[in-house]
Amino acid sequence: MSRTREGAGVPVPLLVPAALGVAFLVLPLLGLLVRTPWSELAGQLAEPAVGEALRLSLVSATLATALSLVLGVPLAWVLARSRARGRSVLRALVTVPLVLPPVVGGVALFLVLGRQGIVGSWLDDAFGITIPFTTAAVVIAETFVAMPFLVISVEGALRAADTRFEDVAATLGAGRWTTFRRVTLPLVAPGVAAGAVLCWARALGEFGATITFAGNFPGTTQTMPLAVYLALQRDPDAAIVLSVVLLAVSLATLLLLRDRWLGRTGAA
Amino acid sequence: MSLQASVGTRRGGLHLRVDVEVADGEVLALLGPNGAGKSTFVRVLAGLLRPDEGRVVVGGEVWDDGSTSRPAHRRALGMVFQDALLFPHLSVADNVAFGLRTRGTRRAEARAAAAGWLARVGLDGLGDRRPAELSGGQAQRAALARALVGDPALLLLDEPLSALDARTRLTVRAELRRHLAGFRGGTVLVTHDPVDAMALADRVVVLEEGRVVQAGTPVEVARRPRTDYVARLVGLSLLPGTGEGRSVRLDGGAAVAVAEEVTGPVFAAIRPESVALYATRPDGSTRNLWRERVVGATPHGATVRCELDGEVPLVADVTATSFAEMGLAPGAEVWAGVKASEVAVYAR
Repeated sequence: MSRTREGAGVPVPLLVPAALGVAFLVLPLLGLLVRTPWSELAGQLAEPAVGEALRLSLVSATLATALSLVLGVPLAWVLARSRARGRSVLRALVTVPLVLPPVVGGVALFLVLGRQGIVGSWLDDAFGITIPFTTAAVVIAETFVAMPFLVISVEGALRAADTRFEDVAATLGAGRWTTFRRVTLPLVAPGVAAGAVLCWARALGEFGATITFAGNFPGTTQTMPLAVYLALQRDPDAAIVLSVVLLAVSLATLLLLRDRWLGRTGAA
Repeated sequence: MSLQASVGTRRGGLHLRVDVEVADGEVLALLGPNGAGKSTFVRVLAGLLRPDEGRVVVGGEVWDDGSTSRPAHRRALGMVFQDALLFPHLSVADNVAFGLRTRGTRRAEARAAAAGWLARVGLDGLGDRRPAELSGGQAQRAALARALVGDPALLLLDEPLSALDARTRLTVRAELRRHLAGFRGGTVLVTHDPVDAMALADRVVVLEEGRVVQAGTPVEVARRPRTDYVARLVGLSLLPGTGEGRSVRLDGGAAVAVAEEVTGPVFAAIRPESVALYATRPDGSTRNLWRERVVGATPHGATVRCELDGEVPLVADVTATSFAEMGLAPGAEVWAGVKASEVAVYAR
C-alpha cells in the first residue's frame, strides 16, 4: 500500500475520534510505565508473595486453558457440525458467560459447587471434597469465564474450514473420528491455537469470579489480579510493579498470537 | 455388473431420478448442464448424501437399499473432485497414502504403495512436497493417485478437469485416459464438457433437470443428439419435425428436404459447416433455401459462428473474410442454403 500524504483519504470526522480512541487506549498504559519505580522493580519481584501470585496465575490459567481445550473443542465441533435441533439455544447458553458479569458467574458457581450447593454438598458427602477457596476453585472460575472465548474462536474456524476436505477423507475410508483427528483438527489448528491464547489471556486476568468463588488466600487462590487489587490499597508501588508484570505477559501473548498464528490463519 | 444404481432424491428444486449400470472396466460419462443433478448423483454413489429412495449395488454388495445406507468410509471407492482437494497439512505422499492408512495398511507399506502410484502418474520425487507447491495439473494427478491407490471397486470423477487451464487439461486428459484403460473397476465421470465425455467414456448418459434424456456411445450421442442442450454442445442445429417422404415438416411449419425417405416423428440435424450463406438469392440446385436474419455472431478460430433466426433456426460457420465481405452484422438479412444430403435424419 502506498500513501502519498499522511492521513490521506481519512475524513476529519473519523480521524479525530479515531486518534482520541488510540490515545484513550494507549495513554493509561504509558502512564503505568512512567510511574513504574524501575529501580525497585527487581526487589519487588523478588518478594516471595509476588512470585507466588505470579506462579499461581500462570499455573491456574494454563490448567484452565487445558480444561477449556478438552471440553471446548468438542463443544465447538458440535455447534459447528452437528445438525441436532436446539443448536442455536445451545450456542446462546454457551456464550452467556461472555456477557455475564464475572462476579455473577462466581456467585452461580458458589451456589452449585459450594459446600451447601446442589453438586457441592453431594461431593462433600460422598467424597469429602470441598471446592470453594481452593486452587481448584480458581481453575474452575477461570475456565467458566474463559472457555467461551475458545469455543467461539474454534467454532468460527470450523465454520470457515472447507468441509469438502471431510468429504474427501470419508471417501478415503476415514470414519468421523479419524476424519476429525487427521483432517479437521489439523486444518483448524491455527484457530484452536488463537482461541487457546485468547482463553489463556482471559483466564490470566480473571478477577470477579475468582474472588467470589475461590476467595483471596495468598498461595492457594490469590492470583495476580487479586494481588494487584489488594496491593493498591496498601502499597501502590507494589501494585504498579505487579501490573507491569501482567502487562508484559499480555503483550508477549499478543506478539506470540500475531507472529505465530494470526499471520498464518489466512493462508491455512 | 460392477455398479447398478437406481436413485431417486429431492434436493431443493431438483427432483433426481436416475438409473444407470456400469460394467467392470467401463467408463460412464454423466454429461449435463449445471444444476442437472450430476454431482448430487455421484455424492449419492459415494455415500456422502442419502437418497430418498433407490438402490446402489457395487460388485454384488448393497451400498444403499432405500432404508439402510452404508456410510461413505466403508465403501470401496475412490473419488476425484474438481479442485484436487489435497489435504494442505500433509505432504503429497501422505495424501496419496491416506486411504491406505485409514484402512489399516502399515505405514511403510502405505508409503511404498504411494511412491509407486506417484511414479505412475508422473510425480516421481515430488512426494515430500506440500500440495501448495504443486501446479494445478500435478495436484490433480496426485488426487487421481490418491483415489486409485486403494484399488477401489468404483471410481468417481467429479469434473476432474474443469479447474485446469486449457493446455494442462489436454495432457491430464490424455493421461487420465491411459489410467482409466488400466483400471479394473467401473468409473463414473461427471462432466459438462462434451470433449471429456467423447475422449474418456465408453458410454454417455445425458442428464437434464434430474432425468436421463439420452444414453449411448459417445459417437451416437454426438451424431444424433436428442435435446437442444446436447445439440448445442456438439455444435448441431436440432430440428424436430415429422417425416413426409423425402422431406421433414418441422414443428415450426417449415419443410426441410432430406436425402432419404422418412416417416413419423424425427429429428433433422444440420452441422454449422454445412450451411452456406448468400447475400442474394442464389441460383442452383440447393433444395433447402431459407430467408434468415443474423441474430448473433461469435468468432470461432478462423471462422465466425453465426446464429440465424427465421423459418428455420440455424447455426452457420462462415470464414472471417466472407463474414466481412457480406456485411454479416447481427440484424443482416441473408439466404441460407443446405444440401439435402447434408441433413442427418433420425427417429425421435
